Amino acid sequence: MISSELDIPQAVLGGNRLALARLITQIENGTPEGYDALRRLFSHTGKAHLVGITGAPGTGKSSLVNQLAHFYRNPTPGMTPARVGIVAVDPSSPFSGGAILGDRVRMRDLAGDPGVFIRSMASRGSLGGLAAATSGVVQALDAAGFDVILIETVGAGQAEVEIARLAHTTLVVEAPGLGDDIQAIKAGILEIADILVINKADRPGVENTERALRNMLQLAHPLRRDFLSPADAVHHTDLVHKAIPSPGDEPNIWSPPVLRTVATEGIGIQELHSSIQNHRKHLSESGEWQRREQSRMETELSMIVQERLMRRWRDGLPAGRYQSVLEAVYMRQISPWQAADRLITGDEP
Amino acid sequence: MVERKIRVIVAKPGLDGHDRGAKVVARALRDAGMEVIYTGLRQTPEMIAEAALQEDVDAVGLSILSGAHMALVPRVLELLRANGQQHVKVFIGGIIPDEDIPRLLESGVAGVYGPGTPTDTIIRDIRLSVSASNADAQ
Repeated sequence: MISSELDIPQAVLGGNRLALARLITQIENGTPEGYDALRRLFSHTGKAHLVGITGAPGTGKSSLVNQLAHFYRNPTPGMTPARVGIVAVDPSSPFSGGAILGDRVRMRDLAGDPGVFIRSMASRGSLGGLAAATSGVVQALDAAGFDVILIETVGAGQAEVEIARLAHTTLVVEAPGLGDDIQAIKAGILEIADILVINKADRPGVENTERALRNMLQLAHPLRRDFLSPADAVHHTDLVHKAIPSPGDEPNIWSPPVLRTVATEGIGIQELHSSIQNHRKHLSESGEWQRREQSRMETELSMIVQERLMRRWRDGLPAGRYQSVLEAVYMRQISPWQAADRLITGDEP
Repeated sequence: MVERKIRVIVAKPGLDGHDRGAKVVARALRDAGMEVIYTGLRQTPEMIAEAALQEDVDAVGLSILSGAHMALVPRVLELLRANGQQHVKVFIGGIIPDEDIPRLLESGVAGVYGPGTPTDTIIRDIRLSVSASNADAQ
């Protein structure tokens, strides 16, 4: 047991893994100790490269994370191994609130490596709870000195957009033969992709998947910003003639590459790693890194404010009030909008 | 504040061929509202202790069918202690001969469950021992 005298933030900065594990629990549980520790650690964050991995269930996200982390730890000769933190999120049961967190099953290659820290998280599906806790957990790993933090999402619904807000680089993982062409890839998820990965690329149908992805990318992604205004279009032709764009020109637009991998056999991992490094380089050279950091802070702050306001409002509500207003809605006496007015302002319209 | 969840690792150390029982237990614990970290087959005691540390679990459930429990279990307990996790409760399920049970309990195991144990019994025991351990920590 960690004795209560132990200074957890200090121990986390000093590389104490048990303290880090305990801090993450405190953050997940929303305890005052956790917030206090994060407050003290916050100035030590902002150094890690946050990489999100999302995609439909069964596309092999965990295996890919396993191989990617392994490559970060054992890169090609001449490269420095990075310390890797992994946050793997699995869904909580909406009925019992329990969860089975099974991502470690696919991450056995990382066992015994002190440069890797894996934490499984249940989504605990409450209002924004996932993002708030995940972001805090990522900050803890960042402060603990992990160079790269791989964040694997549940892979369904809202989480995909949330991961793009949290991560610097977002990988969207697809696999051949899931639905006709690419059922899972809707416009939203395609837009958040910085890198598209077709995993299980040894399966039949990989050409179709890749063609469909490239077609959708051409429609949706890279050239869009060129046509914002006629002036931009003129500018664009200028750029074509100029060999080297002068400073102040529109920064290079990132065009998401489509990569093939077979994670279980380690195929394509080196290429994926260099693609992630390229994206990181692009982020810092284009100024996009700062923009993403800013929008991340903004999202996080607004979520915290929302949560606090919600809690304060609920705590201030007289007992039974919510239930009686809900009952009135249920009986079709008032509309949900009237009900919200009643609950928030206390008036009886 | 979010309620405190009980976090449990369900692991299979050693060379067992299947994990049917472990999966049944994992699911029952999930349905009881616990967060279950499932690590799969053929784990070494080192892997289990490392996972227990990173996941900051309250309890570890080991499923052993191979007869190697008198070698594997003490090693897991030793590693947990070495990592500063002596508060973590260790539960054993599987095929354990009756004469070994007292020795396992003496060595620090919190409970041993043979085939046919109702999952409710395991859930109740985990809840009781974890809340007792948390009360000690206060």
